[in-house]
Amino acid sequence: MIKIENLQKHFGPKHILNGVNLEIKNGEVTTIIGGSGTGKSTLIKCIIRLLEPDGGKILVDGKDITHINNEFQLAKLRKNFGYLFQEGALFDSLTVGENVTFGLKYLTDTPKSEYAKIAKEKLALVGLKDIEHLRPSELSGGMKKRVSLARVLATNPKVILYDEPTSGLDPIMSEIISQLILDLKKKLDVTSIVITHDMKSAFEISDTLAMLYEGKVQLAAPKEEFKRTQNPYVKQFIEGSANGPIQMKISN
Amino acid sequence: MFKKTGKFLIFFFTQFGQATEMIKDAFFWFRKSPLEVNQTLQQIVKIGVESVPVILMTGLFVGMVLALQAGNTMQNILSEPLYIGLLVSFSLVRELGPVLTAFVIAGRAGAAVTAEIGTMKVTEQIDALSTLGTNAIRYLVIPRLIAFTVSIPILTIFSDIMGIFGGFIVSVEGLGVPSSTYTNDITTYLGVDDLMHGLIKATVFAFTIGVICCYKGLNTRGGAEGVGKATTGAVVVSMVMILVIDYFLTAILHAFGV
Repeated sequence: MIKIENLQKHFGPKHILNGVNLEIKNGEVTTIIGGSGTGKSTLIKCIIRLLEPDGGKILVDGKDITHINNEFQLAKLRKNFGYLFQEGALFDSLTVGENVTFGLKYLTDTPKSEYAKIAKEKLALVGLKDIEHLRPSELSGGMKKRVSLARVLATNPKVILYDEPTSGLDPIMSEIISQLILDLKKKLDVTSIVITHDMKSAFEISDTLAMLYEGKVQLAAPKEEFKRTQNPYVKQFIEGSANGPIQMKISN
Repeated sequence: MFKKTGKFLIFFFTQFGQATEMIKDAFFWFRKSPLEVNQTLQQIVKIGVESVPVILMTGLFVGMVLALQAGNTMQNILSEPLYIGLLVSFSLVRELGPVLTAFVIAGRAGAAVTAEIGTMKVTEQIDALSTLGTNAIRYLVIPRLIAFTVSIPILTIFSDIMGIFGGFIVSVEGLGVPSSTYTNDITTYLGVDDLMHGLIKATVFAFTIGVICCYKGLNTRGGAEGVGKATTGAVVVSMVMILVIDYFLTAILHAFGV
């Protein structure tokens, strides 16, 4: 379980996370929603420690990882995590096959002779085949996301962090990615933390949803409870309404 | 005025401090982790091998123009083109070879390094390296620092040789200097310490370019515009620093008799 207690993060005078409290249960899909700039990406970057929080605590299976600074300990921590970047973040200079197996060299003891087999296997898991020799520049947006997901899966992480997995994709590809997230949960029993604006996808894949607003969690609840909530911020966001406390806050 | 100067000094020393921190990290990871051999070899090819033609061309023409200028000046002062080999070889080996090679590499390969690392930074590829168990210093910076530091001194030697050859062509064919006089000038007066003087400079310039270009790339912000700014900044700062370091290094090397 990942437990986040009173998490704080600021960039200069700007407070992005202002006391976030959240619990993420093992084997579940937890989706974090919220408007642009509310700190969703900052939150998951703190969880994988790409960013160091300024206050509060992050506990992973009871272990405090908030202020680990030793690079070797960080690498050990990251063995358990996979991060799907918003734009894929595939390495342009490498082929698809090399991208997928990149982490094996650093995070596992897998012999090099097995890399090709693993690349094929993980690409098949995300519905792609015979593209190992291609460069990322030759792929479509949806394919890039799936290759990036195959790269995440190659190291068999226990927790996968998805940064807006369906953004910029057409509705059919968004649905494919959502189905993939659910499949991975069922097949591999991974814990997933998804940040998204896409409410259709959020309700489809989530066990629990949380909404971030003004650096705090407005509501964190199981899917059905979240859907029925009367919290005006959450309600407005789910309905995508222009009128409500969020807009009032902006116009003020 | 004071405010502006103060701001500039704070900016300069902040960047200098951060770049020093990057060098410290590079030495740490150089000792603690295995070298990325493939990356290093690829960078040696990109920075060094692929720069050979342009270095040979610049070296040749610099040598030719030096011989032409020296020959004409000597002709005017002493009525005959004396010491052309000496002037060309000394100028090239001690000064122009390392400086011009460093300039060309900063403009050609340094800009490419900053643009590549900068693009990786703004597209989150640098973060991706960290999530996959390595980091930018280990995977990107160390191979490039090694490639610059290995390539530039070797390219400087190529540039020196081509320059001396260019000077030879102009002296012998254009100014009528006997070929034996030109070569005797070089073999009599040019020593190993002159070559060392140039190679020490080339090595220091190489490391400086590597540090500046990697640092600028890693600190790129703001998308495509940011990559452009970082690249321009890296080339300009590298060129200015080469000239500044050149002066102080020359003074130091002279003091040590090199």
